[in-house]
Amino acid sequence: MDLKEKLVSSFLAFENHADLDSPIHDIRTEAIKTFETEGFPSKKEEAWKYTSLNSILKHDYSVFPKQENAIEYSDVKKYFIHDIDTYNIVFIDGKFASHLSQTTHDGLDVCLMSAALSKPKYRLIIENYFNKVATKDSLTSLNTAFAQEGAYIHIPKNTLVNKPIQIIHFSTGSEVALMQQPRNLIVVDENSHVQIIERHQSLTDNPVLTNSVTEIFGNKRAIVDYYKIQNDNVNASLIDSTFVNQKRESHISVHTFSFGGKLTRNNLNFYQNGEHMDSTLNGITIIGDKQHVDHNTLVHHIEPNCESHQDYKGIFNDSATGVFNGKVVVNKEAQKTNAFQSNNNILLSDKATINSKPQLEIFADDVKCSHGCTIGQLDDSAMFYLRSRGIPEKEAKALLMYAFANNVLETVKIPELKKRINKLIATKLGVNIGFDL
Amino acid sequence: MLKINNLHASVEDKSILKGINLEVKAGEVHAIMGPNGSGKSTLASVIAGKEEYEVTDGNILLNGEDIEDLAAEERAHKGVFLSFQYPVEIPGVSVTNFIKTAINANRKAKGLEDMPAKDMLKMIREKSELLEIDRKFLSRSLNQGFSGGEKKRNEIFQMAMLEPKLAILDETDSGLDIDALRIVANGVNKLKSEDNAVILITHYQRLLDYIKPDFVHVLYNGKIVKSGTAALAHELEEKGYDWIKEEVNA
Ligand SMILES: Nc1ncnc2c1ncn2[C@@H]1O[C@H](COP(=O)(O)OP(=O)(O)OP(=O)(O)O)[C@@H](O)[C@H]1O
Ligand SMILES: [Mg+2]
Repeated sequence: MDLKEKLVSSFLAFENHADLDSPIHDIRTEAIKTFETEGFPSKKEEAWKYTSLNSILKHDYSVFPKQENAIEYSDVKKYFIHDIDTYNIVFIDGKFASHLSQTTHDGLDVCLMSAALSKPKYRLIIENYFNKVATKDSLTSLNTAFAQEGAYIHIPKNTLVNKPIQIIHFSTGSEVALMQQPRNLIVVDENSHVQIIERHQSLTDNPVLTNSVTEIFGNKRAIVDYYKIQNDNVNASLIDSTFVNQKRESHISVHTFSFGGKLTRNNLNFYQNGEHMDSTLNGITIIGDKQHVDHNTLVHHIEPNCESHQDYKGIFNDSATGVFNGKVVVNKEAQKTNAFQSNNNILLSDKATINSKPQLEIFADDVKCSHGCTIGQLDDSAMFYLRSRGIPEKEAKALLMYAFANNVLETVKIPELKKRINKLIATKLGVNIGFDL
Repeated sequence: MLKINNLHASVEDKSILKGINLEVKAGEVHAIMGPNGSGKSTLASVIAGKEEYEVTDGNILLNGEDIEDLAAEERAHKGVFLSFQYPVEIPGVSVTNFIKTAINANRKAKGLEDMPAKDMLKMIREKSELLEIDRKFLSRSLNQGFSGGEKKRNEIFQMAMLEPKLAILDETDSGLDIDALRIVANGVNKLKSEDNAVILITHYQRLLDYIKPDFVHVLYNGKIVKSGTAALAHELEEKGYDWIKEEVNA
């Protein structure tokens, strides 16, 4: 039985087991039909031209892990940003791990999707927001069909959340191969501010496939900073679909740091429903071996006087492959839009490749849109300059790569996170000098 | 300190240096002059270890050791410093962090710990004052958007920080205004001692008014075709290179 059949047939069991009165019962049923009709995307589809899922779909994934596997905080502490106080929502093999978590209902809700889906007091939010901005493509539909667990975050009006929220998914390898489908809903009301860090971490080399969907709603004047750390093991693959719905005067940023994993596909979609807002999509990708990272972004400017900024940097070594597909749509009504997009890449090896494709669809006439894409090698004369000052080759390379990625790193607003990412980059580049650029 | 024997070097099969002989002893200042395109910067780059250039014959001895197989950074660790004719712009790396990284890399190569931050700051303050460099300047990206003169002054600042044994200054004077020239020359003179040596590549006598050379050499068509004392520089300033070219071609 292939994975698609397996998923479709396990749906019935899953849904019968679930609460049939659930507000999302109909949504799930609809979604599995969509997935059943469309199946997994193939390279024939334009949006998947450079990313093939074949090699990761061939495993016999467990869809509902049977075993519960305990892990100790001390074993996984290093995957947390632990030097500051944070809220934590932690999952082990898809199941909530209360002993590693710190949730709250005190003035804000930082808790579980399963709770939000089953308790009456969340019903209104679920009805108003769940699956409202997520698209109906096949992979998102697949996630919707099995939507059950994940992070549920609701920040009410005028709330400045005083510490970041970490969402961490561990997989323990207790299954030979594991498929997970976390579903996150984040609703930030008027005038509120929250910072969120998300990470997926496999603790063994057993294959893991994560098909994650996150919906983020930023209401009037909301500020949301979302950071994704993708530094997973060699056999872990991630399809991350994130949908952001913004209201007027909100500021929402998503940073994606892709340093690991076998195959990573990021579908990041912003919809601007209102005026005077900005959206920031930043990314640093540093990969090698045969790793593959695909960034598929969309910013949809629907109303006038808004901005969007996209800055993606990629460094590719060995036989690594990268894709950047950045789409910007400016509606006819969206006059005075400022949309910037840049994608810069360094190829460190002859075998590494990057496919970079901007797609601009602009229907308004009074707009400023710019896009730029560069693909290059490290500059020889810069290397000689650094080395002539006594900086060894490896460090000189690292310094130039740091400098290359630096303007994205600069925009990380949590200092401890910035430090951590700095360290990850240093490890990734095989150097041990604490550049603080 | 430096002994160059019959050095031949080429790039992409094009021969540029065609048999250079030069000896520089500790405590000496040598000036190298010569028409555009004669190979002065190439010589400087070959001494500093630029891999693009292939040494096809001859050798370079640094304190008696053949440095052919040493990488640029290893030569730097042995005290070679090149002030670039065209310093490279490196966006995203500040002058301060660059120089810190360089100093600690040199210390590491000598088996020393990183320089304590306090000492580093003190040294940066002293040397930037010596060269009358504004502190704000040090937090800017290395050479990016620097004026020609600022780039050169920044090169000498790095030299002052790294305290090399053999400094090669490739046209450090060009682009400097009169005041900057005096400041930079003064900086170089302060760093000068009996233990180190300087090679000045220049087109103009005016630098040599400030930094007095012990020897002046003329590089022409990949060879040193004439050597003399400071008087030779004056003669070149007056008469140009034609008479030398004629002598060579005769
Ligand atoms: N990387 C290179 N590739 C090709 N030709 C080169 C390269 N480097 C130097 N040359 C050539 O070698 C010759 C010597 O160049 P070099 O820069 O050493 O001259 P120079 O004496 O420093 O001149 P200037 O006074 O103009 O600075 C020139 O003809 C130059 O074009
Ligand atoms: Mg030159």
